[in-house]
Amino acid sequence: MSETHAQTVAYVRDTMLPEQPPPASQAGVVRWLRENLFSGPLNTVLTLAGVATIYWLVGHYYGWFARSVWNAGSLAECRQIIAATWGEGLSGACWAVIRDRWHQYLFGFYPPALYWRPVLVFVLLFVALAPVLFSAFPRRMLLFSAIYPVLAIWLLWGGSLWPEVMIVLGVVLGYLALRLLEPRLPGFAIFGAIGVALAFWAWGAGPLADALRALVPVSLTPAASDRFGGFLLAITLGVGGIVMSLPLGIMLALGRQSDMFLVKALSVCFIEFIRGVPLITLLFVASLLLNYFLPPGTQFDIILRVMILVTLFAAAYIAEVVRGGLAALPRGQYEAADSLGLDYWKAQRLIILPQALKISIPGIVSTFIGMFKDTTLVVFVGLFDPLKGISDFVRADFAWKGIYWEPYIFVGVIFFLLNFGMSRYSMYLENRLKRDHR
Amino acid sequence: MTIASEPPKAGFRLSQLIYDTRYRSLTIQVIVFMLFMAGAAWLVDNTVRNLQVLGKDFNFGFLSNRAGYDIGQMLIPYTNDSTHGRALLVGLTNTLWISFLGCVAATVIGVFVGVLRLSRNWLIARLMTVYVEIFRNVPLLLWILVILAIFTETMPAPNAYKVAPDTGVAGQEMLFGMIAPTNRYTAIPAVEFANSLGAIATPLAPLSLNFLLIVAVLIGSVLVNRRLLARARRIQEATGVRPVTWWQSLLVLVVPTAAVLVALGFHLSVPELRGFNFAGGTNVSNSFVVLWLALSLYTGAFIAEIVRAGIMAISRGQTEAAFALGLRPRRTMSLVILPQALRVIVPPLISQFLNLTKNSSLAIAVGYMDLRGTLGGITLNQTGRELEAILLMMLIYLAISLTISGVMNVYNARVKLKER
Repeated sequence: MSETHAQTVAYVRDTMLPEQPPPASQAGVVRWLRENLFSGPLNTVLTLAGVATIYWLVGHYYGWFARSVWNAGSLAECRQIIAATWGEGLSGACWAVIRDRWHQYLFGFYPPALYWRPVLVFVLLFVALAPVLFSAFPRRMLLFSAIYPVLAIWLLWGGSLWPEVMIVLGVVLGYLALRLLEPRLPGFAIFGAIGVALAFWAWGAGPLADALRALVPVSLTPAASDRFGGFLLAITLGVGGIVMSLPLGIMLALGRQSDMFLVKALSVCFIEFIRGVPLITLLFVASLLLNYFLPPGTQFDIILRVMILVTLFAAAYIAEVVRGGLAALPRGQYEAADSLGLDYWKAQRLIILPQALKISIPGIVSTFIGMFKDTTLVVFVGLFDPLKGISDFVRADFAWKGIYWEPYIFVGVIFFLLNFGMSRYSMYLENRLKRDHR
Repeated sequence: MTIASEPPKAGFRLSQLIYDTRYRSLTIQVIVFMLFMAGAAWLVDNTVRNLQVLGKDFNFGFLSNRAGYDIGQMLIPYTNDSTHGRALLVGLTNTLWISFLGCVAATVIGVFVGVLRLSRNWLIARLMTVYVEIFRNVPLLLWILVILAIFTETMPAPNAYKVAPDTGVAGQEMLFGMIAPTNRYTAIPAVEFANSLGAIATPLAPLSLNFLLIVAVLIGSVLVNRRLLARARRIQEATGVRPVTWWQSLLVLVVPTAAVLVALGFHLSVPELRGFNFAGGTNVSNSFVVLWLALSLYTGAFIAEIVRAGIMAISRGQTEAAFALGLRPRRTMSLVILPQALRVIVPPLISQFLNLTKNSSLAIAVGYMDLRGTLGGITLNQTGRELEAILLMMLIYLAISLTISGVMNVYNARVKLKER
């Protein structure tokens, strides 16, 4: 090319000019401001409105936060301290209520000498979750995850160890029955296994537990359900509900995708019914109606009743999430499983569910976040949730009468941190589990 | 030589019920059906026996008994002499009313915030993210309680709006000169007609003729406008030139309605302080305002995320392709982007509407008399009929939900991509 121009171009520059700095309006902070905040009339107006909002919020609330009192015995004392320190007529935050009552917000009315038990359960929760969430941990630890729920029940409620052992034993017996029956009755073994477990719990567990209790009494100081409250109650209901609702939700999702008309119809009816009514009506069912549906004279724990209904509620939502995951799998995966000659349960366990559940993780986590937020509704059936139950209780004390903002902010911040953390974690998990490199 | 590939003609054996996949599903269904019926029978039997033990029966006769309690807010006429059934209807209309207003406000908030979150303005995008994350990650009950506390603790008493006679300055200015939030109620302007046509009495509620007339005229205007646009399209298809219609549309849509409003003597009656309370306007109780604000702000945050996801789901190439075809930005939006984005947005949006409707049962926290407050609250406590009241309440909520999701399914079927 250059030869062709050698005759036509009279002059060719052979040295580059030194680079000029960009104009002041196109560099550094000014450029960033122009591009991001003042790129046009509309954006300028928006920016100014945003700045005005922030200025208004900070101007209104900064002083209140700045005049915080941490050491006081009552709201009146707080106000005195604020008046003495910053002058009459100013308002300030009285965080002393949190300092005074934090244990009730966290543990409700749980005996203070036993606080180590819920704390231990909370720490062990992460030990149990680790092998489920991270494949780097040894597979052996899954065994601990499996017995963790029972261990947690024992640590939280105390009492004899043997009833909890009976729960595990029932599951083990059911599993053994499944393994024994599977080769003989393909497709039906699951009914047999459930039957064996139920029969054991109905007739075998009680006497056996009594006998063992007499023989080897292992027990912790009992803590009754009415002692539960605050975040202990919210987390117990939330985690318990999700752990029990996951298997149920998966079964419902499979039922809804099933070719069998009756199974499908029952699953659809259940899911649509539960999703169609507000949680609060289900909580009323737990507190008022469940006694009608059980044999006369049955009395059982309100937390357990609420947890059963919360589980059914969450299961319907999880079923819909998992159904989305199942539907998102390409048809070829089902056909490949069939062509390998896998039966229904093997195909589900080895091929379909691992992929479908992976797709469903964000949905499952957001269901869990929703459920954790909804646990505050248990206040309407007389339990002490951290938000209203405990706050009302604190306000019933004359010393803290009329304190609103500090408890709400405290509880709100804890809920925010837990839920925000979970949603960020699920985003991370989603990215990590992505197998396609797009 | 032929190799016989005839299937074995053995008769039906009982073991085929278990091992043959053709019959197995039938067997499983029979077992499931028996288990289900057994479970249902067990529950019904328990209920019957429990009712016997308590000496109760199962009937809905209480709905026609005198209710005997007052309800603060109502859309249909009700006194404490009305029946429990009437109280149920009041509660149901209250639930539907707050859900409707909540859905409208939440959609407006959600669309604004969702669009602003995608804005190139750094500050606004951040602010909107903060709003969405804060509202999504904290329980709705907290927002209801906080807004309730804001109204009861920080709003002025009605007489704070009093104008001092000597200076002529009000202690507290009304918003836009017509809205006065107080610690007990919010006074808003009322719609009034100077030459009112009256109302027809129906069993449910008196039906305002003014309102009917305005709606009829509006529907008429819209129909005429559609004829107008159809004619413009015909001319465009025939000649290639689209006649200018915007001023005709504006005329057809605005003038008749405005004329009717003027003829009826439509005006806003601004509330003013008389004695210790506002009169002249409408005093909306704070329980309603608080619940409405909380539901709208909370659901608005979820809708914002849905709107954002919907807009982001439409790839940039669609816009570029539309521009390449020579479409103007506005037509690109209305013909290319919106139809595709709406297909993504509408199903989750409707499910948020459903959530809002169900969450309106949190009225219990502020004392707004919705369906749960009347049927599931005072009626239940007065008559002691937990079983009937709660089952009926669940069925009504279920009917509302199924109606809304039925509408959604019809919409989905209409906008579904026609694929191979």
